[in-house]
Amino acid sequence: MSASAFQVERVDHDSEHTEFRFSGRLSFRDLYQSWSQVRDLLAAHPPSVRFDLSQVEALDGGATALLLELKSEVVEKGAEADIVGASGRVRAMLDLYGHHPKRPHLQDPPKKIGILDQIGRETLTMFAESNALDYAGDVVVASANAARAPRSINWRDVTRLMERAGADGLPIVLLISFLVGLVTAFQAAVQLRQFGANIFVADLVALSITRELGPLMTAIIVAGRSGAAFSAELGTMKVSEEIDALRTLGLDPYLFLVFPRVIALVLVMPLLTLFADIVGVLGGLLVALLGLDLTVNAYLLETRNALKLWDVGSGMLKSVVFGLSVALIACQRGLATHGGAEGVGRSTTSAVVSSLFALVVLDAIFTMLFNAFGW
Amino acid sequence: MIEVRDLSIGYGGQVLLHDLTFDVPEGDVFVILGGSGSGKSTLLRHMVGLEQPMAGIVHFDCAPPGLVDSGPPFGVLFQSGALFGSMTLAQNVGLPLQKWSTLDASAIDTIVRTKLRLVGLEGYENHLPAELSGGMKKRAGLARAMALDPPLLFLDEPSAGLDPVSSAELDDLILALNVSLGATFVIVSHELQSIFAIGRQCIMLDKDAGGIIARGNPAELRDHSDNPRVIAFFKRQALAA
Repeated sequence: MSASAFQVERVDHDSEHTEFRFSGRLSFRDLYQSWSQVRDLLAAHPPSVRFDLSQVEALDGGATALLLELKSEVVEKGAEADIVGASGRVRAMLDLYGHHPKRPHLQDPPKKIGILDQIGRETLTMFAESNALDYAGDVVVASANAARAPRSINWRDVTRLMERAGADGLPIVLLISFLVGLVTAFQAAVQLRQFGANIFVADLVALSITRELGPLMTAIIVAGRSGAAFSAELGTMKVSEEIDALRTLGLDPYLFLVFPRVIALVLVMPLLTLFADIVGVLGGLLVALLGLDLTVNAYLLETRNALKLWDVGSGMLKSVVFGLSVALIACQRGLATHGGAEGVGRSTTSAVVSSLFALVVLDAIFTMLFNAFGW
Repeated sequence: MIEVRDLSIGYGGQVLLHDLTFDVPEGDVFVILGGSGSGKSTLLRHMVGLEQPMAGIVHFDCAPPGLVDSGPPFGVLFQSGALFGSMTLAQNVGLPLQKWSTLDASAIDTIVRTKLRLVGLEGYENHLPAELSGGMKKRAGLARAMALDPPLLFLDEPSAGLDPVSSAELDDLILALNVSLGATFVIVSHELQSIFAIGRQCIMLDKDAGGIIARGNPAELRDHSDNPRVIAFFKRQALAA
């Protein structure tokens, strides 16, 4: 048979000996294109096979690998196989590749597993990797140490982190809250207008923003911004051995890295929520002015009558817990990072998703508790 | 100074190195040798307590660091330098002093400048790690490791990636610190020139043997060992397949 740049022919000397004569330039691309035909030629070979390369002008790495594989297959079937006639660079190439014997895999290739098995394994891996119990224990121990020696906390970073999480995040929190207030007012207006109860838009917006949407939307934004940043930052420090370096310097990563972030978010969240509440109410006001023919005074008066101090206070209380959970989850995911750049990406994603899940669950718990106690 | 007894280390239930027993005498420059993947850095991480061994103990008998009454009795230089990216070099080097000493800011500043001068980085106090080359980061990491004048220093591949001149300067610095402070060094390395220049005692780890295959003075091992892996390592020869 012949291909574009090489030829191979089978010569059966007798019933015991067969020779495959290759000639021309043997490149991986050409040999691979004709691979099935070459193997067909090799079918039903006698006990002794020789691959004659004396007419081969050039041989590349890939073609060498294929030839050696071919020889191995013949040997594995119990026959004798030799590569002969190679000289110059062709010989050198064969020596180079043949010098490194095959070794068994140190690790078995991953087996194909069923969907249920996969879900189970992933769940177990997730729990094992999260080290949530270890982390909770470490946080408790570090909290006790911090209570004994508050100066051991890295306070210097707290203001910087507050600025990043608070001041830098304020514009997006304001914009989102304004739009949420606006949308809530629109939706309320559509229903309330039918009953001539336009003025109650103010009540609905004020209560839903201060008790639910303000703290929740703020926490979601903070989880996306600061939670992701904390996790990526600590994850990068982990994979670049900075956390290890801290430990060897006798510094507790919890007091030095985790607590400043937790404190920063716990302090910043109520402030951001308060701003979100105010701007959310203003969003409702805009709809009331433009779409419901209400005056500014009437809207604000109705808002003031509708709101109790506890409505705003309960939202801010929630926001403290939200901030605490976002910071703790983000730092935990960051400290549990392993596996280089991909690991950092994975832990950042996990931090945001887990934070959002925790926020919704916590919000539901708060709502049920407040209802149960009539707050 | 350091006693390692029957130490077995590994990951995920798989033993990498087993039954390691050796002593690092006070004032020594002790080198942990071995090919890539032989577990040198892993052993160092176990020695400094960053990993829990599967069995065995590492016992330290150290005085506190020279500059303070308490704090870690050793400094560690990591392969990458492991400088804190959000801090300047001065802040990196000054961090252990802030944590463990009651020195005022100007005294810390003086010590930081001195340490950075020792490693040839004076003038770079206000640079961030990202603004430095790999070799400079490593030297800054060494300055931070010796900030408290610890009696014991662990260095993971200190001269890897350095140019020959910087590497020789670092070797000279290690020897000078060893002589002047009496500091003990445990160095992970496979840089032959450095090993012969500074190493007094060494152990050689081997992946296939799963432990120590040779111990002694590096030059003597090079000249007298009959272990083919030791000979191949020191003479830079490929092992027969």
